[in-house]
Amino acid sequence: MENQTKIKVESLNLSIGNKVILNDINISIPKNKITVILGPSGCGKSTLMKSMNRLTDLYPEMKVSGNIFIDDEDILHTKNDVTEIRKRMGLLSQRPYPLPMSIYKNVAYGLKISGRVNKQLLNKRVEHYLQQASLWNEVKDRLKDPASSLSIGQQQRLCLARGLAVDPDIILADEPTSALDPISSQEIEKKFLELKGNYTIILVTHILRQAARIADYVVFMYLGEVIEQGPAKEFFSNPQTEITKAYLRGSIN
Amino acid sequence: MKKDSNKKTSFKKQRLKYEEYFFRGVMLLSSCLIAFILGLIIYSILVKGVPSLSWEMITQTPKGGFYFGKEGGILNAIIGSIYLAFGATFIAFIIGLPISLYMNVWLSHKEKWVNMLRFILDLLWGIPSIVYGAFGFTIMILLGIKASLLAGIIVTALLILPIMIRAIDEGLKTVPKGLKESSYSLGSTKSELAFKIMLRQCIPGIVTAVLLSFGRAIGDAAAVLFTTGFTDNIPTALNQPTATLPLAIFFQLSSPIPEVKERAYAAAVILTSIILIISVLSRVLTQKYNKHTIKF
Ligand SMILES: Nc1ncnc2c1ncn2[C@@H]1O[C@H](COP(=O)(O)OP(=O)(O)OP(=O)(O)O)[C@@H](O)[C@H]1O
Ligand SMILES: [Mg+2]
Repeated sequence: MENQTKIKVESLNLSIGNKVILNDINISIPKNKITVILGPSGCGKSTLMKSMNRLTDLYPEMKVSGNIFIDDEDILHTKNDVTEIRKRMGLLSQRPYPLPMSIYKNVAYGLKISGRVNKQLLNKRVEHYLQQASLWNEVKDRLKDPASSLSIGQQQRLCLARGLAVDPDIILADEPTSALDPISSQEIEKKFLELKGNYTIILVTHILRQAARIADYVVFMYLGEVIEQGPAKEFFSNPQTEITKAYLRGSIN
Repeated sequence: MKKDSNKKTSFKKQRLKYEEYFFRGVMLLSSCLIAFILGLIIYSILVKGVPSLSWEMITQTPKGGFYFGKEGGILNAIIGSIYLAFGATFIAFIIGLPISLYMNVWLSHKEKWVNMLRFILDLLWGIPSIVYGAFGFTIMILLGIKASLLAGIIVTALLILPIMIRAIDEGLKTVPKGLKESSYSLGSTKSELAFKIMLRQCIPGIVTAVLLSFGRAIGDAAAVLFTTGFTDNIPTALNQPTATLPLAIFFQLSSPIPEVKERAYAAAVILTSIILIISVLSRVLTQKYNKHTIKF
């Protein structure tokens, strides 16, 4: 029970033309834990994330091979609809991209396209998810305002609420705090710690201290390869390879 | 030695400064020139047109002696032009919008094809309207159709279609990849992305596109020269011929009678006003509807 695997990546390769972006990736991501992906810029962290929710489909130049199992379903070769796969994951990107509509509709969007349109239920759900993202108190009197009127930190939490609203069990967060001030960053971190009881969270970050604060499990990548992975404690206290040690000292980047 | 290099950098700075002055001057000059020419055109239309502008002009169709400077107005041409421009803009919009959405959502991973399409559309945009007119005319003869409002609407719609598509396309192009990826990751299908997200984000660009097309449609004389015919009556059906403002201006200007000539300028004032009213109206509407657009 303790270390149930939620996502299993097996010999994943990804290349663009002759350039290898991801080389034989094998990782197991534990269920309902925070897994942090670390690595210097350009090592393929974002690309790995994108292949997990098949956003790689949007880049025809990317050649993908291998398997990604989520709950034993190989999402790279499944017959299920790709929109269904994506709904199982909430995505937070480096900077928030709110939808061009009101705060309320941003959260309701995912519910609506899934076909749940009962007005009263919708109101309840929207409130619930805004609460979950700790945004409700700040926006409850201005739900009709455009999402663009929120601050960047609030927008990022709105994106979290909107992502949670499609009822995923995985959260993919690609440097979600890099555009935020320290206070808003902390709020997101705190939120992740609360959410990990019910969600499998994968977080890319460049901030080692952030990783040390919240990671349960760490994957370290370098030049498109996974160099080291393991429980956070062991990773930080007893890194195995020279590259990892250099990275943790801050001499790569 | 050190002094020397200092001198060099200060020379360079000087040069940059003069360059800056020069280009700013050129830009200022050309802006002034454009404003001046525009002012001159509007001034001459107003000076010559306003005196002969009357209530009669815009509420009556031409009466018996109209073309000799007697009573009557150009209501036929006003109504005709409005029918024609609205019809053509509507058709171009309902065809053009899906095409530009298709280019930017469904074909977004076929960059080469889309760019080729853009190039072709830009070529079509550049073709003089008289060619469209002649083309339409040839087809009409082939099919044995007479000059009519419908024929004019179709030819004008063809004329403005490239403008419509490319102008909307320019708006859709600015939607950042991150926004598309965000909405896909919420489980959007392609059509949900296109119609629920991209459309909303690009409302200002779409309004501009419609406006641009409408302006071209209502102002163009050559496309309708052979295709709509000309009549003193207000059309009551699509298969009837119709007058248009640009042609009314043209015919009146070529008259030897001074009163009729002056009325041509009055008609030009009316045409300009219609375009102005539509522009202002749509600006106001955009202001109202673009509040949800996200600035990136
Ligand atoms: N669409 C693309 N076309 C070409 N190359 C790409 C594309 N996307 C990513 N790459 C390349 O793939 C490599 C990995 O990129 P990726 O964005 O995954 O890195 P990253 O680890 O997320 O970096 P960062 O920490 O800076 O975000 C880079 O060398 C990048 O140039
Ligand atoms: Mg990245």
